[in-house]
Amino acid sequence: MLVGSILSIGGLGKSFSGQPILQNFDLDVKASEFITLLGPSGCGKTTLLRIIAGFERPDTGTILLDGKDLLSLPAEKRKVNTVFQSYALFPHLTVFNNVAFGLKIKKIKGRELQTRVEQALGQVKMKEFAERYPHQLSGGQQQRVAMARAIVNRPKILLLDEPLSALDARLRREMQIELKKLQREIGISFIFVTHDQEEALSMSDRILVMQEGRIAQLGTPRQVYEEPENLYVARFIGDINFFPGEISKILDADQVEVTIFGRQIKAQTQRQFQPGDKVVLLLRPEDLRLYEVPPTDIKTFAGSIVERSYRGSTLDTLVRLDDGLLLTTCEFFDEDDPDFDYSVGQRVYITWVKGWEVVLPDEDC
Amino acid sequence: MKIADNTRFCIILLISGWFILFGVTPLLLLVITSFLTMDPANLVKFSFTLKAYSQLFIEPGYIIIFTRSVKLALTTTLLCLGLGYPFAWYTARMTPKWRTSALILLMIPFWTNSLVRTYAMRMVLGTHGILNKILLSAGLIHTPLKIMYTDYAVLAGLFYLMLPFMVLPLYATVEKLNFQLVEAARDLGAGAFSTFTKIIFPLTLPGIMAGCIMVFVPTMGLYYVASLLGGARQLLVGNLIQQQFLNAGNWPLGSATSIILIIFMAVMLIGYGLLLRRFSRGRE
Repeated sequence: MLVGSILSIGGLGKSFSGQPILQNFDLDVKASEFITLLGPSGCGKTTLLRIIAGFERPDTGTILLDGKDLLSLPAEKRKVNTVFQSYALFPHLTVFNNVAFGLKIKKIKGRELQTRVEQALGQVKMKEFAERYPHQLSGGQQQRVAMARAIVNRPKILLLDEPLSALDARLRREMQIELKKLQREIGISFIFVTHDQEEALSMSDRILVMQEGRIAQLGTPRQVYEEPENLYVARFIGDINFFPGEISKILDADQVEVTIFGRQIKAQTQRQFQPGDKVVLLLRPEDLRLYEVPPTDIKTFAGSIVERSYRGSTLDTLVRLDDGLLLTTCEFFDEDDPDFDYSVGQRVYITWVKGWEVVLPDEDC
Repeated sequence: MKIADNTRFCIILLISGWFILFGVTPLLLLVITSFLTMDPANLVKFSFTLKAYSQLFIEPGYIIIFTRSVKLALTTTLLCLGLGYPFAWYTARMTPKWRTSALILLMIPFWTNSLVRTYAMRMVLGTHGILNKILLSAGLIHTPLKIMYTDYAVLAGLFYLMLPFMVLPLYATVEKLNFQLVEAARDLGAGAFSTFTKIIFPLTLPGIMAGCIMVFVPTMGLYYVASLLGGARQLLVGNLIQQQFLNAGNWPLGSATSIILIIFMAVMLIGYGLLLRRFSRGRE
């Protein structure tokens, strides 16, 4: 168990009718941390959450909460609360009584009950709805009540199972910001499950990308986005371009020469490669630079514009290289040239910002 | 359009006609008869009297019969609820394959004539019946139990006949219950008992009430169960009505008893409706 970690998961394994869902899973969650489990449906993220909450038993492994064994406790004894995807508000109780439920179970009465429920409702801006019933609330309001019902118990960890997935896009953006703010205010560790990578990037302290019950990568949003450790993570988070190549020379400790479509390109990498290794160079659309006239001093890849789409703040283009590769690029509008645009079929020359490439071994061959 | 209108008119006429002929008219006849004078020779004599009602409310025998019927119907209802609730709960939570089998097992006797099944109960409960034989050969008892012609036999018969009426509405509500609410309750610290009393029970209350009404109301009138299993001493309201019409020839008293029973049940149904409305105030 790491110093400062509040939840410590070790060697967790779970399978359903012979199908492994979680395999040898380790994770340490720090105090007051916002950690996101990100992955496609069926990658085991919800199962992990249900094991922590106490609704499923793992086949193997241990979980420590604050250094104490969690798995031997039934769900109702765990200092962990869940915000369910469907909110699971009690339909026969008012908002106030929904939020008061956990406190009443703990025999908290009178003024303290009143103050704590009101405080929790205030934190989610739902104070004036206390006497309503859940069906009289909108989806966003129900979501807030579900949050209040969980945080009022002051859990050590709050588990959130895709809590924003039922909301429309605008409300979702709003709630993302509010949720993050709330988490900072109350200082409880959040374990947030989502399949939405944008949500994960904007809210998390750390993101855990899951792939078939294993950790594909664990890191800050910046690490996961800018330095994906494998092609799965690179593909899952954001748009990305893959340049297939082969290592032709090792230049020094952090520089290699890669042959891409017959051209020798220098690339930065910390990884160890051997000449002859098949690799891919990963580049985000916004890392690519387009020239209408080929620059003389740098090597470029020539191609033509296939599609252009105006996105307000950016101009996105689809470029087909003469070598056959299809690239997506994304350029910000520039103050100096607000009218810049391309026409379909126009010749362009592509390069990228030196050092922004990520070199990974090509797993597909 | 013309044809459609005619068809609609015919259907409405047919239904209203049916309802008036077989619903309203007999009820009216019953109400009228209850205020007439008894005359065994000519069914009734056409002179107004409140004698039937005064008899019912004054003579203690009738009040005893009525109280006993209510008590028995109540016991049957509670017995059905006590055993039917777990049955409905576990059936609704089974995998679909097992669920179907369990429901079919419950329904098979339901499709058999209830009179035949009541006779079958006699074979089970009698002194030389199956139950006594099993208990004797198992060594649990040394002399056959006397179950037939007691209140217990009537209770057993009523329970057997009425159980599906309790289980089916309960099953319907339990099956609709969002199980995530149970998880949410446990997540918030509620143990099994609190989860049941605070969440499961109130949310399945409409089913509980529907089941209780569906068992209680018919049980009050199931006279043949008491006749076949209970003998002469276990007289119920249903038997009283039957006797007044068929044996005693006292049609006004039989009618008055029926009216009282109908009013009693109507009050219960209205009470159920009010409760349901109050309860569902906070729900969709």
